[in-house]
Amino acid sequence: MDFQDYQGVWVFIEEKDGAIAPVSLELLGAGRRLADKRGVELAGVLIGDHIKHLAKTLFEYGADLAYVYDDPIFKHYRTESFMKALLDCSAKYKPEIILYGATSTGKDLASAVATDLPTGLTADTTELDVEEDTGLLLASRPAFGGNIMATILCKKYRPQMATVRAKVMKALPPESGRLGRVVEESILLQEEDIRTKVLEIVKETTKKVRIDEADIIVAGGKGLGSAEGFQLVHQLAETLGGAVGASRDVVEAGWVEHAHQVGQTGVTVTPKIYIAIGISGAIQHIVGMKNSSLIIAINKDPQAPIFESCHYGIVGDAFEIVPLLIDRFQEVMSKEGVSHV
Amino acid sequence: MLHIVACIKQVPDTKIIKMNPKTNTMDRRTAPAILNPYDAHAVEEAVRLRERYGGTVSVLTMGPPPAVKAIKKCIEIGADEGYLITDRRFAGADTLATSYALTKALNKISKENPVDLIICGKMSIDGDTGQVGPGIARRLDIPPLTSVNKVIEINKQEGKAIVQRKLEDGYEVVQSTLPCLFSVEKTINEVPYAPFPNMLKAAKYNPYIWSVDDLEDVDIKQLGLKGSPTIVSKVWAPPKPEGGTMLEGNRQEQVEQLLSVLLEKKELFMTKGES
Repeated sequence: MDFQDYQGVWVFIEEKDGAIAPVSLELLGAGRRLADKRGVELAGVLIGDHIKHLAKTLFEYGADLAYVYDDPIFKHYRTESFMKALLDCSAKYKPEIILYGATSTGKDLASAVATDLPTGLTADTTELDVEEDTGLLLASRPAFGGNIMATILCKKYRPQMATVRAKVMKALPPESGRLGRVVEESILLQEEDIRTKVLEIVKETTKKVRIDEADIIVAGGKGLGSAEGFQLVHQLAETLGGAVGASRDVVEAGWVEHAHQVGQTGVTVTPKIYIAIGISGAIQHIVGMKNSSLIIAINKDPQAPIFESCHYGIVGDAFEIVPLLIDRFQEVMSKEGVSHV
Repeated sequence: MLHIVACIKQVPDTKIIKMNPKTNTMDRRTAPAILNPYDAHAVEEAVRLRERYGGTVSVLTMGPPPAVKAIKKCIEIGADEGYLITDRRFAGADTLATSYALTKALNKISKENPVDLIICGKMSIDGDTGQVGPGIARRLDIPPLTSVNKVIEINKQEGKAIVQRKLEDGYEVVQSTLPCLFSVEKTINEVPYAPFPNMLKAAKYNPYIWSVDDLEDVDIKQLGLKGSPTIVSKVWAPPKPEGGTMLEGNRQEQVEQLLSVLLEKKELFMTKGES
């Protein structure tokens, strides 16, 4: 394998219902930085049905070119069809680096592509860098259940690949009118060649605020003691008009569903207010919430690492503090309400 | 009659494990080895499908000899047979080398009793990647179906499986040909306490134990550390953030300070009001 043949940074662009996933735009921001450091081009790979028009968005967010596979066979994401397109593109144009969002689609696709190439794949990356002279990708992620960080390298294979957590990298401010090259590609693929079929797609609209979109999140951890104790989190969230978050062990204990899990193996969140109650603050949790604008921690243990990652901390018993806070908050807000009439 | 193989892993309990702050390595002695919690759901689903359609549930793992314990745990859940591949030459494998070794073992298992379905857990709690399942599927050239949270139908006669795959904002119903591979969400089932007869069976059960030499067509270069494209170059404890302001005083004073911090962002609350 001659490494000289492999050039450029690629981002797999995830598209759904005609819109580009935010994580793909974030990766274009991160990819731009890597491409500039290497002095190479940044490309987005767009696969879908009627998606060609999205290429201009990629250019606005930093891509120099877009490889486009536009065909009805790509209407729904399927591992086999998308993988074939990406393998075709990679074999033809030989990128040095391919980045994917660490979404269910991105991870599914990257795992398959890595096996077929074959090459190394780093999962759930939270920090990205590249060696200027060698092009070696430095992909770092929390490891061993989130107790430490590890930098993963792939020295002997190209392209190098990583899936990257959503909301960790920053998208560039879009530059309207920025132009790039569209490279239209196609592969010979019949419906009969694909062994899976999407029969139905069902959207589940939850009444509750989704935590990845919430401005206020109240999150609870094992320190609350039990599923009953965790109700305190629901109460405060309801009072503040926020969403409910949770640490991993709470989800594993079954106190609350996985959709509420904040952290490396859950959701990354960036609310305006994040209140962590009874959460000790393992790295695995911290990476998922550290970019929140205001972080408040309440914990009995003065040594809890969460206090190193918060803006304001209270050492104390949540069962004493939170009910008091709820009362006082309601009192103040009802007065505010009157004064606004 | 279905032959279902669940691929499982024995892992250190990462919730309990302590790090050696000097070397930044895991102190394995501090953590008990357990069956990867996600894999318990894979085995449970395999057992439920056997109850629905009849057949055999095998479990397969790669690991050091004590991994027999994780296999016994799967027998408790209801698996019929267990296979452990263990050899120093497997050691240090990343996801690519792991899927290679497991595929070789699956080929051998399939020779005796052709495999219709492979089920993996979503990911392991020590590696956290979820990459081995799809890797196995690609190597066997069967469709991988990840994020499965419900199995609607398996029809061996028609050679098809229909499942629900969880999506970020709902789910999709997908049909696949058989054989295929599922990696399943934890929400797919609940693993009940093991029935007593299963525990008795597990206590006495001895799994098949194979080394590299027991497998066929193995390219040694693709195993273990040597066969792993990814390497861990650096492990570090992230720099400690500076920490925030601690709100001191008695309960009332702490709550009042907290309240004023929150009210600095009053606009967030006002918009949610009745106005």
